[in-house]
Amino acid sequence: MFSKKHFATLSVATVGLAIATMAVAGPIEDRQAKMKAVGKSIGIVGKMAKGQSDFDAALALQALTDMKAAAADFETLFPDGSGEGKTEAAPAIFTDRAGFDAKQADFMASLDKVTAAAPADLKALQASLGEVGKNCGACHKAYRVKKN
Amino acid sequence: MKRLLMVGLVAALTGLAAFWLLTIPYTSGESVTAWLKDDGDIVKGEAIFWASGCASCHAAKDAQGDQKLVLGGNHALKTPVGTFHVPNISPDQEFGIGNWTLKEFADALLFGTSPQGRHYYPAFPYSSYAGMNFEDINHLWAFIKTLPASKTQNPPHDLAFPFNISRGTGLWKMLYLDAASVISVGDDPVLQRGQYLVEVLGHCGECHTPRTLGGFGGLDRTKWLSGGPAPEGEGKIPDITPGQSGIGAWSQEDIVYYLETGFTPEFDSAGGSMVSVQENMAKLPKSDLEAIAAYLKSVPAISSK
Repeated sequence: MFSKKHFATLSVATVGLAIATMAVAGPIEDRQAKMKAVGKSIGIVGKMAKGQSDFDAALALQALTDMKAAAADFETLFPDGSGEGKTEAAPAIFTDRAGFDAKQADFMASLDKVTAAAPADLKALQASLGEVGKNCGACHKAYRVKKN
Repeated sequence: MKRLLMVGLVAALTGLAAFWLLTIPYTSGESVTAWLKDDGDIVKGEAIFWASGCASCHAAKDAQGDQKLVLGGNHALKTPVGTFHVPNISPDQEFGIGNWTLKEFADALLFGTSPQGRHYYPAFPYSSYAGMNFEDINHLWAFIKTLPASKTQNPPHDLAFPFNISRGTGLWKMLYLDAASVISVGDDPVLQRGQYLVEVLGHCGECHTPRTLGGFGGLDRTKWLSGGPAPEGEGKIPDITPGQSGIGAWSQEDIVYYLETGFTPEFDSAGGSMVSVQENMAKLPKSDLEAIAAYLKSVPAISSK
């Protein structure tokens, strides 16, 4: 039988658990989830470009569109102080916001361009991936630190 | 007492003299100069230029496109030893290497010695370039002379004691400057080409191999290409041997595709200093990338974990 006291203890425990859960899902997890979603889409078009899967114009456009949706507002997930812990975010993100934001803007602009129309053929898809991939590298060059 | 003082003084002077003699900078002898000719092929030279990654340090930081051909330096490398300000090696007569002779160029690449007879620091990867074919030096020289002159003046290196003693580098060279190949690849021409691109021109080992003496020594050839701490700033340089912690799961095609596009088999992208290396590699003929892949598959697997 639950007494009132037990119920109160249980409630406190539940609230405590909820707070603990919220503390775990912070900006680091959020941005990693976004990056994972971007990576998933890159994998779909990348396999086509590499010749590991068949070219499919509709599927490619869908993946690029998903990538754009996943990448939107990525730069907002780096609040001050979120550069510590299990993250590969480079310190430069927090000291050079303008540079970091510009790289993200370049990335989004390339996604706008490649999602304007479905790639006509494999060659077009490879060119699109090159355009987008260049921006992956440009940002990872300055703003990601490999830790493992 | 007086005698003890004399003995001490003599010992100190002998030590100093030995240090002086042992650390004299080497330059090219006749076995090298006999090959040096001012008739290099510019097209071949350009391929050597990209394979050797000159622009990754000697062009301005974040240079893109044609800016990579402007070798004015303007690039600081922050390392645990201090900050290296990369020199201007554009053909400018005043601020670059426009007044150098081909022999002086060879001395720099093969022996890390400047025209003034001083040691360069091994941040300049001459311990890899030491294995360069002499004809390739001719070709590279021909190409570099075609590049735009830059008036950039770079500040001197800002290094901590004792690294700021230039002669000390002579001791380092005595211990670690070795033009011999690292692994034995037999007489397969593809593997030999891959070896030359990885061990010599590409100087991959300079970052991908851990160093002795807590990072200040030479490359630990027993741990060839197994990764290590990043020479600049934070982070780690990955193991690229076929081992567990390396790229054993990558096919040769995966390695070629990565060098062409920057995408790993999981479609993660290259990051850090590898971005500019990959951009250089993407300019090489596919046969060279295939040779690199074949070589990387043939090195001993080393598990760094």
